[in-house]
Amino acid sequence: MKNKRLDLSYSQMKWETIFRRILICMSVILVLIVIGILITLIKESMPSIKSLGIGYLWGKVWDPVSNIYGAYPFLIGTLLTSFIALILSVPFSYAISIYLGEYNPKGWLSNLLKNAIELIAAVPSIIYGFWGLFVLVPVIRTFEAKIGVAPYGIGVFTASLVLAVMIIPYAASLGITLIRMVPSPLKEGAYALGATRYEVIRSVIMPFTRSGLFAGVLLSLGRALGETMAVTMLIGNTSSLAHTFKDAIFGPSNTMASVIANEFTEADHTVYLSALIELGLVLFFVTVIINLIGKRIITKFTNN
Amino acid sequence: MDVRIGIRNTKSILFKGVIVFFAFLITIPLIIVLLYIIKQGVTQVNWHFLTHVPAPVGESGGGISNALIGSFLMVLMSSVLAIPVGMFAGIYLSENPTTKLAYYSGLCVDILQGVPSIVVGIVIYFWLVKPLGTFSALSGSVALAIMMLPIVIRSTEQTLRLLPASLKEAALSLGVPYHRVILKVIVPCGFAGILSGIMLSIARIIGETAPLLFTAFGNPYLSVSVTKPMESLPHLIFTYATSPYDEWHNLAWGASFILLMFVLILNIVTKLITRKWNIQL
Repeated sequence: MKNKRLDLSYSQMKWETIFRRILICMSVILVLIVIGILITLIKESMPSIKSLGIGYLWGKVWDPVSNIYGAYPFLIGTLLTSFIALILSVPFSYAISIYLGEYNPKGWLSNLLKNAIELIAAVPSIIYGFWGLFVLVPVIRTFEAKIGVAPYGIGVFTASLVLAVMIIPYAASLGITLIRMVPSPLKEGAYALGATRYEVIRSVIMPFTRSGLFAGVLLSLGRALGETMAVTMLIGNTSSLAHTFKDAIFGPSNTMASVIANEFTEADHTVYLSALIELGLVLFFVTVIINLIGKRIITKFTNN
Repeated sequence: MDVRIGIRNTKSILFKGVIVFFAFLITIPLIIVLLYIIKQGVTQVNWHFLTHVPAPVGESGGGISNALIGSFLMVLMSSVLAIPVGMFAGIYLSENPTTKLAYYSGLCVDILQGVPSIVVGIVIYFWLVKPLGTFSALSGSVALAIMMLPIVIRSTEQTLRLLPASLKEAALSLGVPYHRVILKVIVPCGFAGILSGIMLSIARIIGETAPLLFTAFGNPYLSVSVTKPMESLPHLIFTYATSPYDEWHNLAWGASFILLMFVLILNIVTKLITRKWNIQL
């Protein structure tokens, strides 16, 4: 009897150690996955880094047939689509944050709006792309014909419009939580001094949540830079640079993500393939850094 | 004096009007997209559509059974891969918030959350597709599992952190071993939160297309072999939506409708779970 009890406690101690080791192992696996992703990207883009050098980043021509690779058109395309999308989305995400954080935090109407915004984030990007291709493109085409640019329909502007809708929930949901965290004595103090609602929002809430709202914009920028499917379907996929400003905004273009999606399985020689992977590497670094800065700001904000 | 107060009040009301206008304007594109997909898709869906493979160009009829089965299998496999790792890593993070390993794995969760899905596709191509020599459902599942991981980990971690410490202390003081405390007391208490995280991650990956382009690739025939290319709903939508044929567009509309319904139902169920157990994610 006594021995049995000892055995039991011994086996339980063994389980204890095994359990702790499993927990540690799973966390280590996570770290290994991320390191593995980084190493794979660097290793596979080595041929292109070696043969093309740093000039790859501002080479203006992307011509796989004559083996010339320059990433400049894609960098411009990515930055242009992301920033147009961001500019379009900021008023909406700020308005949603202020409405649901300050004006109407509870009640059925705000619940409805909140659920709608969660649904916007839930709809898969491929569906936005498909819908955009068949519904938005004809609309944009007539619009473009009216303002006197070449009516492609597909292009940077169309992609940015859809992208803007897709990234609004990320900044908005963060903004709502942050605005609700503004201490009420601050607001009450301002009201007691005779400030109107607008003045409280402008001179108490906005300054207090500025860094947090900025972090929300950064997170949605990170999402916009890496978004692939909707943009691939709507941006038109040309690797040549636009000559005029109007063409750059309304004409077809290509982003880093869309060129990878289109050409990765077609890349038939080493340098071509690794030039595409190098684009992935750049995308990885940029999005990860933007994301980490955003996360750091939020952690700092919520800890204060 | 009165005039100035009047101006300030008007300004305040105007501002509120602008805010309300912008806040509700954003629901319009959502409603348009939802209604359009439902209108185009609902007429496509019938028993034949769900149980047949896509028809070749020129023939009418055909369905999406290969993509339905493929999506289901791949989501199942990636859940099997991601949920244990995610849950255990989440438990580790919530139990040991101050260790060095927790710092680095927390950092890695943040990094993984920011990695564009297409980059995950590239990496899995070199990890699995190239060594195995063929596109396969298995590699697609691994790519999706990596996309699932950060959501599962964060939801587990945050749910377990919300549980009162006295719960764990009470169990430990009764002499229950640590692993049993975690598995039989702590995890069941936070189960709703963990489950809703899992469902959210499934809702996220079921619509992911970019990582599947170079991993599972797609297959116009019915296949259940995990080492062969396999079709999935989002990939089917992508190939058929960008094709020039009307019959194929109709298939894609039907598939979009089914995919959208999956995602919406998963989201609503998640909502109901979290509301019933009153857990904030």
